[in-house]
Amino acid sequence: MSLFFDYSLDGIANGMVYATLALALVLIYRATKIINFAQGAAGMLTTFIAFSLLSRGMGYWWAFLLVLIIGFAIGAACERILIRPLHGRSELNPVIVTIGLLVVFEGLAGAIYGNASRGFPAAFSQSGLRVGGTTIAFSHFDVFILIAVLALMAGTLVLFRYTALGLRMRATAFSREIARLLGVRVGLLLTLGWGLAGIAGSLAGLLAAPTSSFGPYYMDLVLVYGFTAAVIGGLESPVGALVGGLITGLCISYVGGYLGSGLEPLGALALLMVALMARPEGIFARPPARRV
Amino acid sequence: MNATGFARMMHLPRQPLVRHVLCALVAAAVLYVVVARLSSYNEYQVGEIAAYVVALVGLSLLTGANGQISLGHGAFMAVGAYTMALLMNHTQTNFILELAAAAGVAAAAGLVLGLPATRLKGPYLAGMTLLFALAVPSIADKWPATFGGDQGLTTTVPTAPGSLSAEEWLAQIQIIGALVVMVLVANLLWSRYGRAFRAVRDDEIAASLAGIHVARTKVTAFAISAGCAGLGGALLALSTGVVNTGEFPLTLSIQLLAAMVLGGTGTLIGMVWGGILLVYLPQWSTSVSSDFNLGSGASAYLATIIFGVVLIVAMIAAPNGIQGGLRWLWGHKPHPGTGGRSAPAPVPVSTGD
Repeated sequence: MSLFFDYSLDGIANGMVYATLALALVLIYRATKIINFAQGAAGMLTTFIAFSLLSRGMGYWWAFLLVLIIGFAIGAACERILIRPLHGRSELNPVIVTIGLLVVFEGLAGAIYGNASRGFPAAFSQSGLRVGGTTIAFSHFDVFILIAVLALMAGTLVLFRYTALGLRMRATAFSREIARLLGVRVGLLLTLGWGLAGIAGSLAGLLAAPTSSFGPYYMDLVLVYGFTAAVIGGLESPVGALVGGLITGLCISYVGGYLGSGLEPLGALALLMVALMARPEGIFARPPARRV
Repeated sequence: MNATGFARMMHLPRQPLVRHVLCALVAAAVLYVVVARLSSYNEYQVGEIAAYVVALVGLSLLTGANGQISLGHGAFMAVGAYTMALLMNHTQTNFILELAAAAGVAAAAGLVLGLPATRLKGPYLAGMTLLFALAVPSIADKWPATFGGDQGLTTTVPTAPGSLSAEEWLAQIQIIGALVVMVLVANLLWSRYGRAFRAVRDDEIAASLAGIHVARTKVTAFAISAGCAGLGGALLALSTGVVNTGEFPLTLSIQLLAAMVLGGTGTLIGMVWGGILLVYLPQWSTSVSSDFNLGSGASAYLATIIFGVVLIVAMIAAPNGIQGGLRWLWGHKPHPGTGGRSAPAPVPVSTGD
C-alpha cells in the first residue's frame, strides 16, 4: 500500500511537469492549430543556458527569471520568422518545420555541451519530506514544482478569463478573420501566444532537469508525455492540460513501478492510443461540428 | 513515375504495369553494369542508398499520397531489422521469406498503431509515431536476452553466387529490393487504392460521400508504409551486419522525414535523391567539421543540425523538393501524388474547419 502511495506521489510530481509542457502545447494549438514538436527541445536549450549562467556564478532565481524571458523570446521569434510564412499552406508544413527545429535545437545543445548527462541543481532539497515520523516520496523540490505549476496555470486562467488581452486571444483562437474585423491585432497575439508557450516550455525544462539525466535529449520523453497529456485534455483547454498531465504522470509512474522501469514510453503509447480511441476529442473539449 | 506526358513523348506503353516494369528492368540492367565497375566501398554505399530508398518510398506514399505524417519510420525500420536478425539467428528460413516476414511484422505493427484510425491525422499521428519511435528502443533494452542488449544481433548476407564479390551481391539484392518496391508502390498509387488514398488526403468528407471507407483507407496506407520501412530496415541490417538500438534513434526517423521532403514528397524517383542524401550528408559533414577543426563532439552533431536546417528551409522555400524542382525545369505539371495542380505544398490546404 505504501508503495502505491509513493508511486502516486511520484506520479503527481512528474505529472505536474508534463502538465506544464502540455500547457505550452495547448497555448500554441489554441492560437495556431499547430503542435509545436520543438517545445521540449526549446525548454532543453533554455535550461542549458541556465546551466551556463549558474556555472558562471549567477544566482539561481536570477537565472530562473532570465531563462523564462529567453524562452519567451525564442517562442516569439520562432512564430514570427518560421511559422508565419507558412500560413495558408498545408497543416503538415508547420508541423514539419517544428520537427526541424527540434533536431536543430538538440544538435546545437549537443555540439556545444556534448552528449554526457550532467547534474542540474534543484532549487530546494530533493530528499523526501517527513510526515508523522516517516519519509514520503515527495521532496521540498516537488512542493516547489506543485506551487510553480499551479501558479502558472492560475495565471493562464486569469489571463484568459478576466483580462481584455485574454479576451482578444480567445477571439483570435475562435476566428482570426472575425477578430481582425473587430480590430484585434491578430499577428501580435499569435506571437504572444507562442511567447507564453515558450515560458511554459522553459519552466518545464527547468523543473524536469534535476530529476532526469540532463543532456541534449532529456526533454524528448517529457515532450511526448506532455503531448499525451494535452491530447487527453483535449488540446484546447488549459484545465485539460493539468488533468491530462496528472493522469499521464500517474499512469507512467504505475507502469514504471509495477511493470518495470524502461516500459514507461510503451505505457504512455498505450495510454495515448486508448485515449484517442475512447475519447478522441479529449476530456475537456466539445466535439467540433464537421463542415464540408 | 506516372508522368503520362513523358510516357507518350518517349513512346512508352500506356499500360502502367508494363511501363513501370519496363522502367525498372532498364534501371536494373543499367545499375547492374554500373555497380560491377564500382569499388567495393562504393558498392556498399549504393546498397545502403537502395535500402534507405525502400523506407523512403513508404514514407513518400504515406505523406504524399495520403497526407499523413510519421515520425516513427526509423522505429519501423528497427522492427523490420530485428525481425530479420531474429529469424536469421534462430531459424533456417529462406532469405526471401525472411525479408517478407520483416516487412510483414512491421506492417502489423503499423496496423496496431493505426487502431485509433479516425484520429490518424496531422499532429495526432505525428505525436503518436514520435512516442512509438521512443518506445521501440526501450522494448529492445528491456529484454536484452532476446534482443541482444547494447551489442544487438548479427545478420549474415547469403553467400554470393558465381564470381560476384560479397559487396556486389549485397548491393544487387538491395537494388532489386528497391526496384521491386518502387514498381509495386507505383502500381498501387495508379490503382483504385492510390486514388482512394489521394481522395482521403484531399477531403475526408467528400471521400466518404464517394463511398470510400476513410478510416480503413488511412490504416491501409499506414500499414503499407510501415511495411516498406520494415523491409528497408531489414535490407539496411544486411549492410551494417549488426542490429542494435543505437542504429535506430529518433534522429533517424527525423532524417528520413527530411530526406523525403528534400527528395520531393509524393514522388518515388525523388526518394533516390533522399537516399543519396541520407548516406552522403553525414559523411560530408564529418569531413567538413574536420576541415574546420570543429572537434569530434561537434562533428557528430553537425549532420543533425544540417538535416534540421535543410528541413526547415526546404519546407519554407521549396516544399516540392529536388524532384519537384526537376519536374518544374522539365515543364511538367506537379505529380498527382504531390497534391493539386498548382499547390505549392505537398498537401493542399484542408477545407472545412
